[in-house]
Amino acid sequence: MPLTAVNDFVIRFANVNGSGSASANEMFARAIMRMGIPMSPRNVFPSNIQGLPTWYEVRVTEAGHLGARGGTDIMVAMNPQTYNADVASVEPDGYLVYDSTRAMPPGKPRTDIHLIGIPLTAICNKEYTDPRQRQLFKNIICIGALSALLDMDITELEKLVGEQYRTKEKLIKPNLHALHLGRAYAEANFKCPIGLRLKRTDKVGDRILIEGNAAAALGAVYGGATVCAWYPITPSSSLAEGFTRYCAKFRHDPETKQARYAIVQAEDEIASIGMVIGAAWNGARAFTATSGPGISLMQEFFGFAYFAEIPAVIFDVQRAGPSTGMPTRTQQCDLINCAYASHGDTKHILLLPEDATESFEFGASAFDYADRLQTPVFVMLDLDIGMNHRLCRPLQWDDSKQYDRGKVITAAELEAGKDFGRYTDVDGDAIPYRTYPGTHPSKGNYFTRGTSHDARARYSEEGVDYVEGMQRLLRKQETAKNILPKPLRDNAEKPTRFGVIYYGSTAPAMHEAAEILTARGHILDLMRVRAFPFHQDVASFISDHDFVFVVEQNRDAQMRSLIVNELDIDPVRLVPILHYDGTSITARFISGAIGDRLDALKVTPLRKAMS
Amino acid sequence: MTYLTKPKFHHPSLPKNELGFTRRDYEAATSTLCAGCGHDSISAAIIEASFEMAIEPHRVAKISGIGCSSKTPTYFLGASHGFNSVHGRMPSVLTGANLANRELIYLGISGDGDSASIGFGQFAHALRRGVNMVYIVENNGVYGLTKGQFSATADRGSKSKKGAVNTDNAIDLVAMALQLGATFVARSFSGDKAQLVPIIKAAIAHRGAAFIDVISPCIAFNNHAGSTKSLDYVREHNEAVNSLDVMLGRAPITVDYEPGKVVAVTQHDGTVLNLRKLNNDYDPSDRLAAMTFLQKHASLGQIVTGLLYVDPEADDLHGHFDTVELPLNQLDEAALCPGSAALHKLNASLR
Repeated sequence: MPLTAVNDFVIRFANVNGSGSASANEMFARAIMRMGIPMSPRNVFPSNIQGLPTWYEVRVTEAGHLGARGGTDIMVAMNPQTYNADVASVEPDGYLVYDSTRAMPPGKPRTDIHLIGIPLTAICNKEYTDPRQRQLFKNIICIGALSALLDMDITELEKLVGEQYRTKEKLIKPNLHALHLGRAYAEANFKCPIGLRLKRTDKVGDRILIEGNAAAALGAVYGGATVCAWYPITPSSSLAEGFTRYCAKFRHDPETKQARYAIVQAEDEIASIGMVIGAAWNGARAFTATSGPGISLMQEFFGFAYFAEIPAVIFDVQRAGPSTGMPTRTQQCDLINCAYASHGDTKHILLLPEDATESFEFGASAFDYADRLQTPVFVMLDLDIGMNHRLCRPLQWDDSKQYDRGKVITAAELEAGKDFGRYTDVDGDAIPYRTYPGTHPSKGNYFTRGTSHDARARYSEEGVDYVEGMQRLLRKQETAKNILPKPLRDNAEKPTRFGVIYYGSTAPAMHEAAEILTARGHILDLMRVRAFPFHQDVASFISDHDFVFVVEQNRDAQMRSLIVNELDIDPVRLVPILHYDGTSITARFISGAIGDRLDALKVTPLRKAMS
Repeated sequence: MTYLTKPKFHHPSLPKNELGFTRRDYEAATSTLCAGCGHDSISAAIIEASFEMAIEPHRVAKISGIGCSSKTPTYFLGASHGFNSVHGRMPSVLTGANLANRELIYLGISGDGDSASIGFGQFAHALRRGVNMVYIVENNGVYGLTKGQFSATADRGSKSKKGAVNTDNAIDLVAMALQLGATFVARSFSGDKAQLVPIIKAAIAHRGAAFIDVISPCIAFNNHAGSTKSLDYVREHNEAVNSLDVMLGRAPITVDYEPGKVVAVTQHDGTVLNLRKLNNDYDPSDRLAAMTFLQKHASLGQIVTGLLYVDPEADDLHGHFDTVELPLNQLDEAALCPGSAALHKLNASLR
């Protein structure tokens, strides 16, 4: 019996990198969204420009589960190189769509799945003579065929073609033609639709489809960043490129056309962060975007900015480490390296957005935090958030919002006789005042240095000055805890001894897993941590439960280590749930891992087993 | 070095510049470098140049790396903001600072370890970007603060104080700067204030990346026989190609020069550089010829000094980016934030 479901399945396209499949696949995903059906697309791609295997997965989910599900119901196998593995990965009773022009590659055919052979190459060769056209239109023909097989509204695809080629009008007609070629073939040769199908609904609402890197870049524009210094690195490059694009659109003086921003593609990550710190010292809002290897390179400057108290915003789009690791695979593996970056005793601010919308919000507010706290602020995205389109709440901005530039003394205040000691805690919140260079002819200047200094920024090797400064930096973290985004707690309807802490891109999979677990009879309270250092609520949440699962995407349970280290929690009470193979974490994995442990507890509690 | 605090009072008849400042207004804390250090002479030259140009001290940002040279910003222009950054990274910090506020004067102070070894990359890239700055390398061929190791500018065959012979080839920062597109390139000697002060003035007046390599003998670790960066060696092998008078603004030329011996170069801001030729073959507007001349004389063991290259029409990084006139650090919400209406439109395009 073939799989049957409406608006609830996973389709996966297996392609060759550089074959032009990406835009066709994206069009397919958008058409589903336009039918009002929530869906979640994911790119699985190699560190390569042309030739290596790449997959594009769309999870169609009327229930709105945007995390990866795992498994494939329909495989569109267009890559001979991975064909056998792709076929093997199809769920039993699932579907295989393949190019039937040539004989199927050798290998044991599966009898438990349904084959849909479309002679794509033959159709293309008959229709087109240009090899590039044959390649590109093959993808569109395939989408056309799928539209019939899945009962997709063809007018949505037609509209998308029109939008995509708005500026290249002569491409519209041939693309529409290709679309209908595929659709007609499917309608003539198969019983359409198949068991898995789409049905128009209204579950998308006002949500938008956007990549986290683009949203974070937009956040930097809205947050008032004027200087961006960066070095290309996957998966963060599209963040700096997004900033470039949005600045070109939004940040030119309407009269002179001159730029209200400066973007430097630096020689390396060290220079990038150096420029950011130089610009921020001089009163501009500045940021860099990087990934793990860049974070490693920037360490010395992070310590400098922490100790000399200079704002900086760093977007870390995390990828699987260590070393070069898996550059195109996702992980949450830089937490510790950022939280305690650089030699000596340091501690940094981390923001942990769950999706693109929060990347926009945190991307903007990070500049307020950095200016207010005069310290580096890390916005921790990952590849899953950064480089995938995701359905998100629409981006919003309050026009009455003023930037918080922090404690900056002006020339007028200096003139009026306001005392200035660069590292003096005047207000009791451990945050000192600063001046921008060039403020006043005779007052307010100081020397910025990475060597130890006293409260008035004078070089000092006196132990008492050093300790006072280091203690103040620690107190500043206390101030930070109440400024940063608070953790979000979601209590179950019934009281429970078990809690879950999670963060970042794990969120959608975790929410779905909680539903699955509830259905299995396991009640869990949830807490999504959104910033480091931890708010008091994190400690309270843990103390309210006997055991807390800490779900994260790295090998070493880095969030759990931070919690143990910072909150002095007994590690036994924090159960690590770890997913780190580079793929996006799934609800199946989380519910399986937590459920198995809870089942075990239910069946044979240790006390009873021993007695 | 001295442990005496510098007295604040001064003689009432000390000469004042156009702004009413005396030289004392450009001084700062007492140096903690070794007595006789070449670097202190460079600090004195910076003070003199700033005084003569009547620069407002607080409109200068002095930025350095790590090392003896990088300590010196504490010892001049005490009313300026200073930034003693990390080793070899002054150029990136300066670049960022410059982007934030194009109106200040950026004085980058570095050494040969800071710029030719750990910071060689940043040295190169700041110059090729054309950051508007004065980049001074206080070049002594030796690591002073760590007691006498060779630096990358030490000549092959030169001897360390402990007797080791350097077998590595030297990096010539001036040759590099010319190749990398610096638009103002000079070399001088800490012991020749008459040559150094006008070069610094001209560099400050220059728009674009101005690089000055100042040979500055290390009294403690590199001033012995066998060193090619000792006071005596540099004096004996100094091949000055020109001598410079800087005329600020559009002041008429009042100095009488022997005809045919002077080249006048007018920079973008109207500053006139009168270059008195000491070597008839030398043309400071010809980058290619400068490079050849340098190589030829280096092979003879000579140290070529003077204003070696200047492009009076140079542009800078802000020019390349076409940034607004108002410094980026003064732009407000109205200039920077596109607002909610633009966001609504953007949301609509993402559905």
